Amino acid sequence: MGSDLIGVWIAAFLTLGIMSFLYKDNPWYKFSEAIFVGLSAGYWFASLFWQSLHAKFWANWSPAVQSLFQGQFDYNLLYTGAGILGLMMLLRLIPPIGWISRWPLSVVVGGTAGLYLINYLVSNAVRQIGSTIQPVVTFPESIGWINSGGVIIGNVLVFAVLIVSLGFILFGRNTTIDLPTPTKLFFFLIALVACALGTFYSLSMPLNLTGLIIFMGVFCGLIYFFFSKEHTGFFGGAATVGTWFLMVTFGASFGYTVMSRMSLLIGRIDFLLVEWLKVVN
Amino acid sequence: MLRFKAAIFTLLLLLLFCLSAAAQTAEELSDTAALEEPVYEIPRLAQVTNFEAKDSPDDAGGEIELTWDLSVDDKKEDGLVSKYVVLRSQNPTSDFHIVGVANHRDSSYIDKNLKEGTDYYYKIVTFPKYQGEVRLTREEIDPLMEQYPELTELDIKDVSMLAEYDRDIMSVFDDNILGISRVAGPVKSRAQWFNSKDLDTLIIGLTICISVVIFIGMARGGRKLFLRRIGGLQAIENAIGRATEMGKSILFIPGIQDMDDVQTVAGITILGRIAKTIAEYDTKINMPVSRSIVMTTARETIKEAYLSAGRPDAYSDDMVHYITDEQFGYVAAVDGIMVREKPATCFYLGAFFAESLIMAETGNSIGAIQIAGTAMPAQLPFFVAACDYTLIGEELFAASAYLSGEPKQLGSLKGQDVGKFIAMVFIIIGAVFATLAALTGSEDILEITNMIKSWFSA
Repeated sequence: MGSDLIGVWIAAFLTLGIMSFLYKDNPWYKFSEAIFVGLSAGYWFASLFWQSLHAKFWANWSPAVQSLFQGQFDYNLLYTGAGILGLMMLLRLIPPIGWISRWPLSVVVGGTAGLYLINYLVSNAVRQIGSTIQPVVTFPESIGWINSGGVIIGNVLVFAVLIVSLGFILFGRNTTIDLPTPTKLFFFLIALVACALGTFYSLSMPLNLTGLIIFMGVFCGLIYFFFSKEHTGFFGGAATVGTWFLMVTFGASFGYTVMSRMSLLIGRIDFLLVEWLKVVN
Repeated sequence: MLRFKAAIFTLLLLLLFCLSAAAQTAEELSDTAALEEPVYEIPRLAQVTNFEAKDSPDDAGGEIELTWDLSVDDKKEDGLVSKYVVLRSQNPTSDFHIVGVANHRDSSYIDKNLKEGTDYYYKIVTFPKYQGEVRLTREEIDPLMEQYPELTELDIKDVSMLAEYDRDIMSVFDDNILGISRVAGPVKSRAQWFNSKDLDTLIIGLTICISVVIFIGMARGGRKLFLRRIGGLQAIENAIGRATEMGKSILFIPGIQDMDDVQTVAGITILGRIAKTIAEYDTKINMPVSRSIVMTTARETIKEAYLSAGRPDAYSDDMVHYITDEQFGYVAAVDGIMVREKPATCFYLGAFFAESLIMAETGNSIGAIQIAGTAMPAQLPFFVAACDYTLIGEELFAASAYLSGEPKQLGSLKGQDVGKFIAMVFIIIGAVFATLAALTGSEDILEITNMIKSWFSA
């Protein structure tokens, strides 16, 4: 009980010390920072020693060596290679042959690059393409009037976004589409009329345009990340639309993550009020 | 007369006693019979047909695939089958044990964690639905589970039914009460060298890799490969120049991941170029790191940059220093460095997590020019909000190639652009077919759409 109480007081003291940084840098923060950094560095050293060096290397390699002396070959003897690479890293401490430490580094970088190549290709590229292939428009079957209203409003917004996007692509800052302005205007007016008709049509028969938003987001996003062509003309306009999609995504992600960070703050306040001060049950 | 009455009364008492004893004995006997004979009649169900066991294709070994045609009793609308119990043995005639359960209407099962090269035999038991109530308590079930651990594959109702049938609970699997299939086997599990399911991924990967190799060859051959300008890169030199003019240091944060993360590698590559400019301008760089291998690599990189700038004497190992592996311990130290040294420029290039906003906001508060780059989607919003320039996602890798000008990096970036172009083409084609299929309801177009989708569903 006594040690618990001391622990809570120390934790509260250090929590407030770290939070005092909000005011300005001060000796209390410096003290807490030094404790935090020193303790965590020591903890990680012990943790890595027992979880990596001992549990992954020594526990596998040592029995393999013993069985080798008994005339049996154990595949765990391959850990010898890992041990040698680890020792090579330490050769940095001997300057004349310190260059040898680059070899294990190259094994780490090259090995993991090869290992992750397929995983990233599948999860970040191949599957995303498959998921994007979907109908751009669909007719929802028997939806309620509330949903119909939502779909209609959504459609009007989508058409508005399409018109603005097209306008930006044709007349935007970085646009150098080589067409005379009247022709651009003509295309824009046609698009405007088409979108107006589409909006009118959607009022009578709601279309589900979620697929269109996803398609535009992915397509314009890919154009933004296309490095082999300057972002001018159609490419520039589409890349700008891609940037909008990115920013909307970042905004949503920002709000979501900030809310999750608030829970961390609530956790510390909870500790101070409940466990330390005991002013709240 | 009194004696006669007493004798008759005694006789009646004796008779009653005998009748009572006889009734009790009969009850006991019937109880004994109840224990020895089945209380519950288990319905005999039709066995599965065409039962086959074969090595699972396209796997790393240790798996056997079982297939069968459903029992006739399972095909009925309100079928009597509750599940199919899979039994396995290394002997074709005995020692079969429960290894798993497939739901009714399922016609396949994959047995996992097997020893490679060992012969296995299988039987499938068509297991009935229990019509009665669960009569066994948990206290009665637990000892049975302890005695026969394989019963954990079944549920409490099944165990209760088996116990009601016979106290020798496993006998039901041997005495032909249930619909037991023929024995399938012997079959061995083996690992395959090639996973044909990933053929599509191989083709896509090879296409990109071949493009990369071709472009690297072109770059090495002296052909100038075009890469568009990246906004944040224009600012790097200005930011270094500003630090030089102000006589302040530059802070470089390579993220909190190790050298096995490609974002850290990209960050360190950009560091090489930045360090060279810093050496030329004779500015100071401070690089706190949270991983020991990153520290080693960064020191090598900066040393080489100073060497190539003709300033090896200006290099010091203290430029890169380890703090701690602990995420928030590292952040606390970096924040402290920021407010005490007040660097003119902060670079955040690598893989970041929750520390991104804490560091970027502190850097913002001291008025430093901040240039960030990461491919962590959840952290990009914070950098976009708090930094002057942000390299978004792949721009980080492109910047690395752009700045280094190495044929390998330029070639790989151009090769990736080929991959993006292919992705765009297939997305357009797929979306057109999918939309047509949705609007026309054509089965043929839907089939083509599904075929295109299947190429990208690895």
